Amino acid sequence: MYQYDEFDRAFIAERNRQFRAQVDHRIDGSLTEEEFRPLRLMNGLYLQLHAYMLRVAIPYGTLNSAQLRQLAMIATRWDKGYGHFTTRQNIQYNWPRLTDVPDILDALAEVGLHAIQTSGNTIRNVTSDQFAAAAADEIDDPRPYAELIRQWSTDHPEFQFLPRKFKIAITGSPNDRAVTKAHDIGLRMVRHGNDTGFEVIVGGGLGRTPMIGKVIRDFLPVADLLPYLEAIVGTYNLLGRRDNKYKARIKITVHENGLEKVRDLVEAQFHKIAPQFDAAATAQHLAQLKQQFAAPDLPPRDDQRYHDARRIDGVFRAWADTNLHPHRVAGYSIVTISLKPHGGTPGDATDAQMTLIADLADRYAQGEIRVSHEQNLVLPHVALDDLPDLHAALRKAGLATANVGLASDIIACPGMDYCALATARSIPVAQEIAQHVDALKLEHDIGPLKIKISGCINACGHHHVGHIGILGLDRAGVENYQITLGGDGSEDAVIGTRTGPGFAYDQIVPAVERILRAYLDLRRDRSETFLQAYRRLGADPFKAALYHTEQEDAA
Amino acid sequence: MTQATPVKVVTANSLIEGDVVWLAKDGSWTDSLHNANAFTDKTDAQAALEQANLRQNEVVGCYLADMRLGATGLEPAHFREDFRRRGPSNYAHGKQSQG
Repeated sequence: MYQYDEFDRAFIAERNRQFRAQVDHRIDGSLTEEEFRPLRLMNGLYLQLHAYMLRVAIPYGTLNSAQLRQLAMIATRWDKGYGHFTTRQNIQYNWPRLTDVPDILDALAEVGLHAIQTSGNTIRNVTSDQFAAAAADEIDDPRPYAELIRQWSTDHPEFQFLPRKFKIAITGSPNDRAVTKAHDIGLRMVRHGNDTGFEVIVGGGLGRTPMIGKVIRDFLPVADLLPYLEAIVGTYNLLGRRDNKYKARIKITVHENGLEKVRDLVEAQFHKIAPQFDAAATAQHLAQLKQQFAAPDLPPRDDQRYHDARRIDGVFRAWADTNLHPHRVAGYSIVTISLKPHGGTPGDATDAQMTLIADLADRYAQGEIRVSHEQNLVLPHVALDDLPDLHAALRKAGLATANVGLASDIIACPGMDYCALATARSIPVAQEIAQHVDALKLEHDIGPLKIKISGCINACGHHHVGHIGILGLDRAGVENYQITLGGDGSEDAVIGTRTGPGFAYDQIVPAVERILRAYLDLRRDRSETFLQAYRRLGADPFKAALYHTEQEDAA
Repeated sequence: MTQATPVKVVTANSLIEGDVVWLAKDGSWTDSLHNANAFTDKTDAQAALEQANLRQNEVVGCYLADMRLGATGLEPAHFREDFRRRGPSNYAHGKQSQG
């Protein structure tokens, strides 16, 4: 894993020193809120509905155990004993006091973490595949490239005041677990012959105007990565609109100007600036980064205990069936720890849970933890024979919910329970859907299903790419929930289609149940997933189920 | 039954804690909506807001929130203000934990 070098440490220390002084100046009155606000946002500090919120970046979703322990310590010491993992692989603290934030930032720096550029119109935390360097289907570990991008984009002098925020996601696998097509820039590693490079996707994004990204370059050699990114962001910086916040993202720039024009400008800029980049030095630096991210040495292990446990322990078997993913090394597995207990808050972990997971990572998983954009934690390298012990330890801490990829593994933004921008609540809707499908014992029968909930049009909950998406709105002073169907955040990304009129808060869970029951009636057999059935049948039979009952109720 | 009167209150978040506060009758900031000063007159409310906006070393983001003044006191006109008064629905944190 990447360890901060002297440059990183000095830079973060200086930024933290500056922010401490800025907080002091705000409190003594020498900075107004108008002056202070952009400064605090540059350091990840928001003011939300009930309190400040500090958003800490977890670069490309990778943590070591010491970092996770420190995140737990911060939750204990300066917050209310928990943290919230987000769809951008960040962790948010919902209750810090302004005067404690400089100390929190110093505590983060001790373990090589920061909150810089987690807000504002800058290049945000680079997100990636949570199974990086472990998944069997991977071409190459995306994280050295992501770290290179982090170093290039952090405090980049040209890109501190972009027209709008800018999000980059990178995956090294053809099976896209990083939603690259819904980012301002998506990078998908591809092979051309013996050469490895990137398919570069631009102009994706959700929010008010959801768009699937378009391929601007089908093969970008690794050596050209930074100049090409700089050409895209530089082109956007000049061409992107600043007159209207809602038309300022690069997706609108691409949409309004056309991909061809943007591509021509980017290519011209690329050829102009590429000579200014020292390709040899970057290659050397990248080689050093790759050494730091070198996959751990995983000794051969037996798998007898694992198979015995599967045979005799049904609870373990159910968990293993849903929460494990194939590892590239025989005898090992990737474990997803669900932060979605039925009725819990999606993505929340207590300080005790974080500390336990850090300890378990040291014991069973080479000290590594990942954060997924689906708001779960991952232990990327666990020997199959250690799984029964790991499962037992997780179970004691309420961390062994067997639901990864199922109906209750819901993405939900904080919504109006915390967020100042929200128009409706998300968390209780997620809680109630999860409890409902659990009470009905439906979700294992339903199989793979992604439900995603956003509490406003900004779509932090990725509802557009949920198989079932839910968007909470304020309709005449009452919470109202719109449903979209058929969205997909994978390599075949699709924006979901709105079904029709929305549902009141107390009607949304029954509405979702009608969709689920319609699927169970309509599917060919258990092997046809919800998304496959939807694609075969279209929206009509689902809409009929959704609204027909409504009419009967109203009659 | 008497009709609840539409009124406005001045509200903000406190500078240090970040928690929700309302402008009280005595000009202090209160953490209980119950004690907030209810303005029936729009001009009075606007004037109070402008004064409150000057108190930058105490609060952040002052605005006027719509309330209804009935027999039981002030009630938020909108659910957002109801959440601000109470705290989040997933944990007993925020105002609701303060008793």
